[in-house]
Amino acid sequence: MLAFNLEYYKPKTIEEAVECFFLLKKENKRAIYYSGGTEILTLGRLNLLQMDAVIDIKSISECLEFNFEHNQLIAGAALSLTYIEERNYFPLLSTVAKEVADHTARNKITLGGNVCGQIFYREAVLPFLLCDSNVVIAGEGGKETASIHQIFNGAFQLEEGQFLIQLLTDQEYITMPFASLKKRQQWETGYPLITVSSIKVDNRLRFAFSGLCSFPFRSTEMEDALNQANKSLHIRIQQAIDHIPAQVLDDIEGSREYRLFVLRNTLEEIITELEGEG
Amino acid sequence: MTEKIAIPLNVNGEIREVVIRPADTLLDVLRNELSLTGAKPGCLNGDCGACSVIVGGTVYKSCIMLAVEAIDSKITTIEGLKNSPIQEAFIKHFAFQCGYCTPGFIINIQALLEKHSNPTYETIKEWLSSNICRCTSYEEIEGAVFSVVEKSSDE
Ligand code: FES
Ligand code: FES
Repeated sequence: MLAFNLEYYKPKTIEEAVECFFLLKKENKRAIYYSGGTEILTLGRLNLLQMDAVIDIKSISECLEFNFEHNQLIAGAALSLTYIEERNYFPLLSTVAKEVADHTARNKITLGGNVCGQIFYREAVLPFLLCDSNVVIAGEGGKETASIHQIFNGAFQLEEGQFLIQLLTDQEYITMPFASLKKRQQWETGYPLITVSSIKVDNRLRFAFSGLCSFPFRSTEMEDALNQANKSLHIRIQQAIDHIPAQVLDDIEGSREYRLFVLRNTLEEIITELEGEG
Repeated sequence: MTEKIAIPLNVNGEIREVVIRPADTLLDVLRNELSLTGAKPGCLNGDCGACSVIVGGTVYKSCIMLAVEAIDSKITTIEGLKNSPIQEAFIKHFAFQCGYCTPGFIINIQALLEKHSNPTYETIKEWLSSNICRCTSYEEIEGAVFSVVEKSSDE
């Protein structure tokens, strides 16, 4: 139960949603765009997040699109993760999505909610970072499309009143060889330790990580190190570790040393698998 | 100022009018406004599955859903599943001890069987990992599920 009151709005169009946000702002009300809402409700219950209103985006048709158009896969922000898994248009995304929380929770957790969330894992963003996807966002200035690399820097850098509508991915990336491994310290359903996702593009491996630092990321420096075919696997992995872009997490789910130990093994597993493929 | 609002909810085949705060979770509304106390408050954090209900044919944890999100959908709670085959199988297989988790398990299994009449072991495991039983009746629960799956695939 939320201790505070909320106003609830469910606009049918992008324009109505943005208008609603700014009308509320004029009344000094803090509104949050609401998709699956699981994180908003769990953080709200603990008073770690406060708002005066939520704007539910699940009736906006663009946010529910999941289809191919002009050789691109359009994935709407309000799609539930189980829907994405069941349709399986994007196998790497299905693989990553399937590892988020549990099946019933994934009926409610949405793509947009996961990638824009406050909880630092945000694993569903990894496939899009690897595939150089584009992001469609809307705000006061209307709708715009930009490269994910421009907008995502650890988290989506959205301006006030902006929200994520869709992620667009070139179809050619979707069929490329991939591997994605999520490691947990305990059991199959425990909290995640790290997730490493990789795709092979033109004989070069790309890597993206979640749970290693306090934000998900893709690092070209780490990729350069890991793709040095003339060096031993051990050296490649060590040099990649030297280029981790921020402090490695050291928390109750796993110490820094343990995370690095798991990272080494996971990278070795993925590289061996993908370099073995033609 | 946020007013309470009156909304209709279609629960177990009946339209019920409730006066709620938009901030109320579906779990709170079912229990406190409609006296449907079968869905249980466990973790209230989306982790345990004790509060599971079916909304529009999909199983959700009602502690992480606002009641207003369920307007226009058919809601099924454990009270709406009287004498279902899975409920009978739970009794036959002694698939509970304290019973606190039982409504959540039964609802989830019901939703699973509505979607997959003959689910694989992997699918059953994936779906049921959403529910936690503190009394660890897992083996008996598995027995109950398999007995219903076998029966429906024989038919
Ligand atoms: S009470 Fe809802 S998942 Fe535990
Ligand atoms: S029977 Fe007691 S929690 Fe499952």
